[in-house]
Amino acid sequence: MIDLDATDRAILRALQADATLKASTLGRRLGLSQPATWRRMKRLAEAGVIGARRLDLDLEKLGFGVTVFLGVKLGLKGRVSLEDFERAVSAIPEVQTVEHVLGLYDYRLRVVARDLPDFERVLRRRIMTLPGVGNVEANVLLSEERRPGPLG
Amino acid sequence: MLDDSDRRLLRHLQADPAQPVTQLAEAAGLPLATCYKRLERLQAHGVLKGQRATIHWPALGYAVEVSLRITLDKTDPRAFDTFLAAAREVPEVVEIQTFLGRVDVRLAVIARTMPHYQEIYRDRILTLPHIADIEALMQVATIKNQQTLPL
Repeated sequence: MIDLDATDRAILRALQADATLKASTLGRRLGLSQPATWRRMKRLAEAGVIGARRLDLDLEKLGFGVTVFLGVKLGLKGRVSLEDFERAVSAIPEVQTVEHVLGLYDYRLRVVARDLPDFERVLRRRIMTLPGVGNVEANVLLSEERRPGPLG
Repeated sequence: MLDDSDRRLLRHLQADPAQPVTQLAEAAGLPLATCYKRLERLQAHGVLKGQRATIHWPALGYAVEVSLRITLDKTDPRAFDTFLAAAREVPEVVEIQTFLGRVDVRLAVIARTMPHYQEIYRDRILTLPHIADIEALMQVATIKNQQTLPL
């Protein structure tokens, strides 16, 4: 596991806000030379600390007005049905994330739709018809914020 | 406002945000100059707001992630605001979402180990104001995490 100092944490915080920052710009901001900043960024990337880049898109402007989180309980348990369910649910384009969880539900899904009727269509035609689906709970997302996490 | 070329451009870009514009232009079948112009226009209209790097917390020793689904005591009209402000003060909270449904708020909490999680839960989460009920879902595996739009 990699050890971070205060400068590494500052680099990560800056990249969380803007992944396109160049080593020169970031270095100037932190009072480091371009090569020193670049070496640190490379080290963090190689240690696997920097994950995938995300595009920050305005969902409303793109016509996706609704995001719903679904808690899904499987009716049938067993290895085969879990894999079948995971493969089928991952293939639905409106399903953005699939997390296997432990607790009240077996899976947590993030579903994006144009509006509530469109969500209903996805839910009825694509999700409720998945192999093994039992109880489903829906919560409509109102607001979302990502925090920098323990990088203080 | 958006045409098919814009959608195609965004579709290719969200699949690999780090790719050079030359590669993106080729994939989307657009001349390079057009590609730059369209990207600029999407930024100017606020459709494309930027790019964020995500932190892969397990690489920093945070092996535990728990989803806390919280119901608030809404008899106090300021319950939401007070709760959210206090939750932002907990460094291990990496995501805060509010909902319409059975659950009011969801916090994503990370921790190094289960005892560490237990400590955060007891000292920082249970002490948050206006909580009526908490349900925990522990993350076992992420099967799909694209957060791309079906454009």
